[in-house]
Amino acid sequence: MRLRIIWLIQSFKTALIMDKKLKLIGKSTPKLDGSERVSGRAVYGHDIELPNMLHGMILRSRYPSARIKSIDCSEALELDGVECIITANDVDVNRISYKRDHPVLKGETVNCQRDELAAVAATSRETARKALRLIKVDYEVMEGIFDPFEALKEDARQINLYGKGAESFGNKNIAESFTYSHGNLEEQKKNSRVIVSRRYRLPRVTHCCLATSNITADYSVLDGRLTLYASTQVPFLYQRDMAHALKMDPSRIRIIQPTIGGGFGSKLDMYPFEPICALLSMKTGKPVQLLYDREEEFIASPTRQTMVIDLTTGADAEGKFTFREVRIIMDNGAYTSWGATTPFVMMQTYSSLYQVPACHFRADAIYTNNPFAGSFRGYGNPQATFSVERNIDLMAEELGIGKDEIRLINANYPGEITGQGLHFKTCGAKPALMKVLETSDYERKNREKQNGRYRRGVGLASMLHVGGGAKIYRSDGCGTRLKLDHYGYLTIVTGSSEIGQGSETVLAMIASEELGIPLQQIRVINTDTDIKPWDVGVHASRTSFVAGNSLLGAIRLLKDKLNLKAARLMECETGDFLYEAGSIRADQKEIKIDKVVREMHFGSPNELCVAEYFYEPPSSFQDKQYMGDVSGNYAFASQVAEVEVDTYTGKVKVLNVYVSQDVGRVLNPVGLQGQIEGGLAIGIGYALTEEMIYEKGVLQNPSFHEYKLLTPVDMPDIHFYPIETLDEAGPYGSKGAGEAPLIPSAAAIANAVSDALGVEFQSLPLTPENVLRAWSEKRQHEPANSRKV
Amino acid sequence: MDKKQVPISFTINGKKMTRQVNPSLLLIHLIRDELKLKGTKPGCMEGECGACTVIVDGRAVNSCLYLAVNIDGKQVNTIEGLSTVERPLHPVQHKILEHGAVQCGFCTPGFVLSIKAIGDECVEQGIVPSRKEIAKELEGHLCRCTGYVKILDAAEDYLAHPILQNSSDHG
Ligand code: FES
Ligand code: FES
Repeated sequence: MRLRIIWLIQSFKTALIMDKKLKLIGKSTPKLDGSERVSGRAVYGHDIELPNMLHGMILRSRYPSARIKSIDCSEALELDGVECIITANDVDVNRISYKRDHPVLKGETVNCQRDELAAVAATSRETARKALRLIKVDYEVMEGIFDPFEALKEDARQINLYGKGAESFGNKNIAESFTYSHGNLEEQKKNSRVIVSRRYRLPRVTHCCLATSNITADYSVLDGRLTLYASTQVPFLYQRDMAHALKMDPSRIRIIQPTIGGGFGSKLDMYPFEPICALLSMKTGKPVQLLYDREEEFIASPTRQTMVIDLTTGADAEGKFTFREVRIIMDNGAYTSWGATTPFVMMQTYSSLYQVPACHFRADAIYTNNPFAGSFRGYGNPQATFSVERNIDLMAEELGIGKDEIRLINANYPGEITGQGLHFKTCGAKPALMKVLETSDYERKNREKQNGRYRRGVGLASMLHVGGGAKIYRSDGCGTRLKLDHYGYLTIVTGSSEIGQGSETVLAMIASEELGIPLQQIRVINTDTDIKPWDVGVHASRTSFVAGNSLLGAIRLLKDKLNLKAARLMECETGDFLYEAGSIRADQKEIKIDKVVREMHFGSPNELCVAEYFYEPPSSFQDKQYMGDVSGNYAFASQVAEVEVDTYTGKVKVLNVYVSQDVGRVLNPVGLQGQIEGGLAIGIGYALTEEMIYEKGVLQNPSFHEYKLLTPVDMPDIHFYPIETLDEAGPYGSKGAGEAPLIPSAAAIANAVSDALGVEFQSLPLTPENVLRAWSEKRQHEPANSRKV
Repeated sequence: MDKKQVPISFTINGKKMTRQVNPSLLLIHLIRDELKLKGTKPGCMEGECGACTVIVDGRAVNSCLYLAVNIDGKQVNTIEGLSTVERPLHPVQHKILEHGAVQCGFCTPGFVLSIKAIGDECVEQGIVPSRKEIAKELEGHLCRCTGYVKILDAAEDYLAHPILQNSSDHG
């Protein structure tokens, strides 16, 4: 009965949203600022040149673990063109990062290969580079700790001197810890027919934004204001963090975001090079630019969390899931970034991806002398999903039921409130599963087993992710200001940021849809903290959702004003007028929108045609036990990967990926498709080729030559089927979609390779060597007579 | 810095030019730092990403591996050279936009120039390359945002009817 009511309410709401005929929303619209980018006119951080500008460069540690005895810059300072050198002794700054455990410049010890010892500002990059070579550092080298399990041992030394692990978590090298549980684990274990336990190891990978990290700092000695041209995706948090680091008043810091050459989560934290560049500018009174080269980008920019996941899961005789028990050890590296909070997202997957009666979860981030991890599109979820979906396949095999069937039996459903308290007001989990199963012909392909050199296999995986922001900061909101001028041009000033994901275009589309103003007459201003209103930043697939709702709120207010004036001018009752083709229309009458604005500006009483609105999503803070409905809505997706494995070389070729995703509503098909394809490319790279290889804390492959990204020849055919559940919380019913496409891909691919070869994989990437090793181990264990030739 | 400067003459985006350059100067530095043509992007500076692609005598090259002295007597085209007042965007660029093949855009100028160079060559030889061949030709380009699908769509679309346009027919 209850279910039925929910269903009825839902279809009623759906009817309401559907009712309105949409003109632009749902139609493919090219990127608003696309022509700037294709023509080379867009200005990225690397392209900025200010008068009198100096070039900054950073000296990093030679060893991943050492005490610093002395740093001697005297010779470097004498070099012609060197204007300033700073070390920890020369600056008065606060520690930075999520746990405030990260000194901007290191003066006592170095804890990883990235560590910043000194920075130079010089008149050219060559001079700065030369100067770095002249700085003499006297180290007392220490044996590093590179394995988190070693770091946890009683007799291990404390790696980060500012860590609070001993007081907070009972071990000096624990940086952060999350524990969560729901349901009765012991009882559910008893109910289980199968129980599968596995240990998974996930590799360290990095963002590889095509534009390397960059910043240009411009401090004015005249008024003490600091302008930063910074590629951040969270400008207001960044401003606050910068102010904290530099002991400055935040409002004296202005953040201008140049065009950003890729983000993917890497620009969620502020890193030491940014306050360092600001300090160089403050010391010299000149603008200073700091650009990473590619090697430095590999060595010194954040990574995805590498982790070891111990996962035990159960299912009863019918295949219904009974419980999940998870223990995760994450390699935090030497300092703690936002990335240490990825368990927050992972626990949602363990507690709520499919129906899970009981769950116990614990994840610890452990300090080591490895480089520190940051946040990366998907935020822990690719790792969690990989483990969950591998275990599901294993349980299905043991139970002798279909891998498709077991997932359908347990799929999430509309109206479900999960053990963790996530409320799926709409839920396309099952439709997405059915869609990929049907279109990929999964059942048949899964049945057919192949012999011979090339073997095909199919793999299935699903995912759950926040779709309407995530309340992790005091506000998950976004402000919008609108200005409609008397020529009928609209300026949208939004708190949100564009990092290439196409949010600007979606906002302009929404405004065009609602106000009947052509796209060409709409400007989006979003790059300057002195102008734009508060927004928490680009994360958690939230931008279209939160900024879109904020914009819709502002448009409502703007229309109230316009309606009133238009009614007066048309001499009719005010009402819900039609906004179309630059005009406001009542039954028989119409008036040009710019005329209405002129009458507002110049008629009496004079009035501006502006509006502002602040939108705060309805999500709630979770309590201390992490219970609560954290997001405005939730995204669901399933993927089927079809692979072909060469059993001679171990090479895996992904032939097809079938993707179905609950996006609420498709706002801009071409933009969405681009997010899907781009996400998949990162997901496939994670599955097959990408890995940062470290030896004793030192990166062995810091170049595109040795760290393999997919190239144009590696892409499979992608078949995408959006599911529209029209969730009333999102603009026009939409949900966040940016992260989902890469979350289940590694799991689906690993499942497919397992299916093809009949071997198990518990780690990534599935490089030819790793596949071949697993394959030959299997062959050795097979009795000789069962071997097929 | 006391190395001898070498005089070179070349045509860039249709304009004749003579410069004194250091023999070790990279073409990308001449283009970005001296001529201030910032549309050529430094993605890796090691010949692996293609963001720095420019066209030299009709061939797409990585300007981060190419010495500036070697453009002596040659025609160079950068992304800025594709735009004129009369025709702000080249048909390749229109196709890239139409197919939604640009996200952050840092890789885009490089792709555009390579696709244009492929097109010019195909016209000369009278062939229409397959999607596979196009992907192979573009293998030297990396894009972290798009997953390449839309870039290949755009390239395939353009290369079905490319417009022959030599780097030299400027102005
Ligand atoms: S910058 Fe030249 S190939 Fe990457
Ligand atoms: S669009 Fe960002 S790298 Fe290609």
